[in-house]
Amino acid sequence: MTANDALIIGVGNEFRRDDSLGLQVAARIEARNLPGVEVLTHHGEGTGLMSLWRGRSLVVVIDAVSSGQDGGTLHVVNTRLEPIPAGWTLFSSHAFGLAEAVELSRDLDELPPALWIVGLEGKDFSHGQELSSEVAHALESAVTKVIELVSPMA
Amino acid sequence: MSNRVIKVDALARVEGEGSLYVRVKDNEIKEVRFGIFEPPRFFEAFLQGRHFMEVPDITARICGICPIAYQMGAIQAMENAFGVEVPGPIRDLRRLIYCGEWIESHALHVYMLHAPDFLGLSDAIQLAKSNRDLVQKALRLKKIGNDLLEAVGGGRAIHPVNMRVGGFFRTPRKAEIRALIPDLEWAIQASHDTIRLVGGFNFPDIEQNYTFVSLRHDREYAIHEGRVVSNRGLDIGLPEFLDHFDEEHVKHSNALHGFQKPGKQPYHVGPLARYAINYDRLHPETLSAAKSAGLGPVVRNPFQSIVVRSLEILQVCLDALTIAKNYEEPDQPHTEPVVRAAVGYGATEAPRGLCFHRYEIDDQGLVKTARIMPPTAQNQKIIESDLWKVVAAHLSLPDEDLKWRCEQAIRNYDPCISCATHFLKLTVDRE
Repeated sequence: MTANDALIIGVGNEFRRDDSLGLQVAARIEARNLPGVEVLTHHGEGTGLMSLWRGRSLVVVIDAVSSGQDGGTLHVVNTRLEPIPAGWTLFSSHAFGLAEAVELSRDLDELPPALWIVGLEGKDFSHGQELSSEVAHALESAVTKVIELVSPMA
Repeated sequence: MSNRVIKVDALARVEGEGSLYVRVKDNEIKEVRFGIFEPPRFFEAFLQGRHFMEVPDITARICGICPIAYQMGAIQAMENAFGVEVPGPIRDLRRLIYCGEWIESHALHVYMLHAPDFLGLSDAIQLAKSNRDLVQKALRLKKIGNDLLEAVGGGRAIHPVNMRVGGFFRTPRKAEIRALIPDLEWAIQASHDTIRLVGGFNFPDIEQNYTFVSLRHDREYAIHEGRVVSNRGLDIGLPEFLDHFDEEHVKHSNALHGFQKPGKQPYHVGPLARYAINYDRLHPETLSAAKSAGLGPVVRNPFQSIVVRSLEILQVCLDALTIAKNYEEPDQPHTEPVVRAAVGYGATEAPRGLCFHRYEIDDQGLVKTARIMPPTAQNQKIIESDLWKVVAAHLSLPDEDLKWRCEQAIRNYDPCISCATHFLKLTVDRE
């Protein structure tokens, strides 16, 4: 893999139902073996994410979002143009998560030239491995969006 | 009649979900509650019936920041039960991987979570705007901790999979460990810079006459093994731990509150305790840095924990460098344990303090009972005790400033709420 390959990072916790959607979207994309695309998963700790995307040119992060909208709603943020919306709760159990990592990278001039956040609104973040039906139905919409975002390189 | 309530519904810059409630009536503190509302996780219950070999990988899941603490405590407890002695090189590797966890955890806390408090900033992002070099240094330091974990721990910095009862599944090649040396040399210099920076912060003038409890080892600054020692003369082996310490449930918290018997006395685990009890075990270079930062052999001001934590970063970087330079590959990656029905005890110094394990194993190697006392649970009473002092000393502050001061006082302990739940919101009620 090279710095020019697109990097896709699925973020989540596989044991907190809809929080695992980032991991599941990443798994579906990885199964397609797209050329020029590297797929990783991560638990969402901010400084770890920063070291993954440092020096990369095109990055898409997939994570579960809780913003009060309907389960399965697709959110797309171009971090180059806008910060992660303040009302979002991203389910990192850590003190320093995705939103902080994006803003810190921006201040340190380490934000990749293209860093997209693709979020799906989660509904059920309780213990367990099964997705809510709303998120399960919406998973493929996130897959399609991520592939579209990396397609110039794929 | 003046009533005042200070309330933090969800504490920032701590690991997990907790809250604080303070009630003041006629300028007198009536109530201080450090609450943990994160749901209990029942680890001890679902370890029952599990094979002993599964336990280190299950307990590692208690914490994403200090998985080594939980793995190593469990591993050593099993080895204690089965009478396994590990050879020197395996022991060194254990200490090395634990140094990595300390570097990673302490660097995150000192720079990203705690330093902004002393600089009047809301978070590390603000810190990066005002001092970019500092944040870059912190990130590199933390990464060196990660790299160390990955080199020894089997390619994963979080929940590493390479440690097992009896040693490691695979021991790293000499070249892999030697490759860490240049970064560790840089980290030692960065640690000195850190100590100089945090040593110059302004600290609220608050001291407590703590009962400090930590591990103590014959030769080393205790990290991964030792006897349990206090500054009040206690000196016991691990099997006696539960004769002297216990936990209780309190209404406002999902984490048990640890106490010392008799009389349910609070005690203090973590950097200040380790430093006071193991001062004479510090590396000469760390001792000299402590003196330059103006610290004596005992630090009783909880706000200076950031300085002690920074000294500990230096200490473990020096330790790690020595181990990395002298590392020779062991003949065998592990010793195979012979199962027997027994009770095993393990304790290590997690970055946040002493972490105790006890397991009762049957003759098939299955866990009959498990008991884990994480550091944040043990520190809850003393955190509340600190808060009484901090609120009393700062009653004249407006609510927002008092709230800030209280949160800072809690962050002195780098509480790991997720680990303790089996555990912050701040509310101050001024009546």
